[in-house]
Amino acid sequence: MSQSSQHAPAGGGFHKLLETNSILLVVGILLMVSVGGIVEIVPLFYLKNTIEKVEGVRPYSPLELAGYNIYVREGCYTCHSQMIRPLRDEVERYGHYSLAAESMYDHPFQWGSKRNGPDIARVGGKYSNDWQRDHLRSPRSVVPSSIMPGYAFLASTPLRGEHMAEQMRVLRITGVPYTDEQIESAQADLLAQNAADAPGAAEVQKRYPNAVLGDASSKAGVTEEDALVAYLQHLGVSVDFKIYDDKANVR
Amino acid sequence: MERPPLIAKQMTFGEQSLSAIFAALAIATAYVATKAYTPAYAFHSALFSLGSIGAVAAIFLRYRARPAEFPPLMIDGRPNYNYGPVKFTALASLFWGIAGFLVGLYLALELAFPVLNFDLPWINFGRLRPLHTSAVIFAFGGNVLLATSFYIMQRTSRARIAGDLAPWVVVLGYNFFILIAGTGYLLGVTRGHEYAEPEWYAILWLVIIWVTYLLVYLFTLARRAEPHIYVANWFFLAFIVTVAVLVLGNNVEIPVSIYSPQSVIVWAGVQDAMIQWWYAHNAVGFFLTAGFLGIMYYFIPKRTGRPIYSYRLSIVHFWSLIFLYIWAGPHHLHYTALPDWAQTLGMVFSVVLWMPSWGGMINGLMTLSGAWDKLRTDPVLRMLVVSVAFYGMSTFEGPLLSVKAVNSLSHYTDWGIGHVHSGSLGWVAFVSFGALYCLIPWVYNRQLYSLKLVNWHFWISTIGIVFYISAMWVAGIMQGLMWRAYTPQGFLEYSFVETTEALHPEYIIRAIGGGLFLIGALIMVYNIWRTLASPAIEPAQDLAASPMPAE
Repeated sequence: MSQSSQHAPAGGGFHKLLETNSILLVVGILLMVSVGGIVEIVPLFYLKNTIEKVEGVRPYSPLELAGYNIYVREGCYTCHSQMIRPLRDEVERYGHYSLAAESMYDHPFQWGSKRNGPDIARVGGKYSNDWQRDHLRSPRSVVPSSIMPGYAFLASTPLRGEHMAEQMRVLRITGVPYTDEQIESAQADLLAQNAADAPGAAEVQKRYPNAVLGDASSKAGVTEEDALVAYLQHLGVSVDFKIYDDKANVR
Repeated sequence: MERPPLIAKQMTFGEQSLSAIFAALAIATAYVATKAYTPAYAFHSALFSLGSIGAVAAIFLRYRARPAEFPPLMIDGRPNYNYGPVKFTALASLFWGIAGFLVGLYLALELAFPVLNFDLPWINFGRLRPLHTSAVIFAFGGNVLLATSFYIMQRTSRARIAGDLAPWVVVLGYNFFILIAGTGYLLGVTRGHEYAEPEWYAILWLVIIWVTYLLVYLFTLARRAEPHIYVANWFFLAFIVTVAVLVLGNNVEIPVSIYSPQSVIVWAGVQDAMIQWWYAHNAVGFFLTAGFLGIMYYFIPKRTGRPIYSYRLSIVHFWSLIFLYIWAGPHHLHYTALPDWAQTLGMVFSVVLWMPSWGGMINGLMTLSGAWDKLRTDPVLRMLVVSVAFYGMSTFEGPLLSVKAVNSLSHYTDWGIGHVHSGSLGWVAFVSFGALYCLIPWVYNRQLYSLKLVNWHFWISTIGIVFYISAMWVAGIMQGLMWRAYTPQGFLEYSFVETTEALHPEYIIRAIGGGLFLIGALIMVYNIWRTLASPAIEPAQDLAASPMPAE
């Protein structure tokens, strides 16, 4: 093309080397795209304020973990964030801004990116179990102009909880400090946390402090809704901000 | 009596080993299906098994039908291009595009009228949204990239695509990945990472396909008759290589069991967040930008018949774009628990990124120097040029939104949704439409059925985009302001749900905009269908003449 060659510099120099050798070109691309990621990601694995442990944060109980699985499965994160920003209105609306440590056992993290509904990083304990159930089954029966889908099917779906111990074992490989005892008693704990009349509730709360007990009957069996409510009730309640020193963790 | 062939027909090593691999895969996945923990996973294992049996059958049928000799690389001194995989992916992209736009429209209506969720698991907003994003980005966009890259690398190298089965493994395997991912979302199989929802087994499959894609690309380039690798190929290579790095980086996970669809990502919380947005932002940067810039660098010069405006600018903007893009991820995590220094780095690099982005825009637009009059007569070129204008607009809006002060207002609101749609509808989809309007008639040797219908497509879709993005600007800024509004007494003025109520009219306008965009795309499908139904033109009248070299 005679026209295009007018625009091309004579010779080409160093770049000629790259654009006549596909392997060099690929190596050049790899080098260029590696820098940013390495600089931004690697320090997060050793900097103090990203790996700090905060009093009260604990791994999920089996029932909460099952609820977390349902939260992920239904894509709740597409409409709800779990990340309160340190802005005046957010702190007043939702509570203390979120700490890195509060999601340290979330594989995957569920910070979200869009609020079609409110942030729920601290929804735990704000409403009763009954309110949560009514809201999940029919959101507009409690919040008339809500645009949330109804999740009545969760209440009629039995929870498939038989593989929780397996998931906990894999989580332990990735660094979640589940004990052998917790993994062995996963199945029992799951049932005990859900039903108020089941034995072993005290042990669940010993193994998982602050675990909110369910109010179902042990005869009814565990539903997906039970698990999701247990998870929601645990959101944001781990850290006691009356004794938390935020000056010590300036980020 | 049949004449004996000149050389004895034999299965190639590739045909033999590939059928053996697929046969083994069919048995293994059938076994997994019987042991699967969930019905969804059993369904997927069965799909893998059936797909593998289909692959073995296809290889054998193709072997029986093919002549003993392979197609020649050159015929009469001209390269014997292989357009089969290009045709398949070009038509697949139309199919997935319509599907993706339709699901998007339905989601828009769900937000305006939540009763449309029907309280069903399979179509609730949370499960449909990943279906929409994956269908438009990876299914529609991915097939457009496969079609155009396989076409461009052959034309600009003056060489037939490398491999006999390999290109088909790439295009069919990639579409099988889409099928697994998409049905998975509806059945509740997800990793819970935005734009990276497919579970471990789908990703394993994708990695195999992607490596094959890279090898096909490199081996084709190795055959090239041109000394220089044309600029479009630099962008496609950056896209292929970097997407591989990103997918591997964001999928370091351990399956709960080989019988479970679920996996556990090895990092959590803040590290997971940073890696996820490093991935997701650069999926935009390298999938939706670099790849589609490759399309721009071929189809705009071809359509205008003018060379690229500046060779030097393409070098500068290529290297600076790929270097800077990688840094911009943390702007998705402003004011979160990510450390401040990382947020600031993300912001600064995002603002600097404005420059190479506009370098690309200038290079695309100025290629029309001396040919601006064609915009009046050629609606396909108009679509390509308007796409570059939208690229310029959204790459200005992006840096603006990455500034922390602006982001404190815009984040979590519909402003972000408007931003991605000005980029995805205005830039990615329009440049794709323009390229497909060129490409499909070229590879099928047809005259495009109607330029008038292209004109209708262009205007209806453009009006749709304007409706969409202006509704989202209003919705996003309004909701952001309402969240932070205080009464004179110092109380928050609005409850959350009052801000949701306020968005209802904008959500309806957005759905209208999306509906118009879909109508435009349907007009395109009709136009292409009529084009393919028309008689072929003389092959000698090759509309796509010789390629434009790098210098």
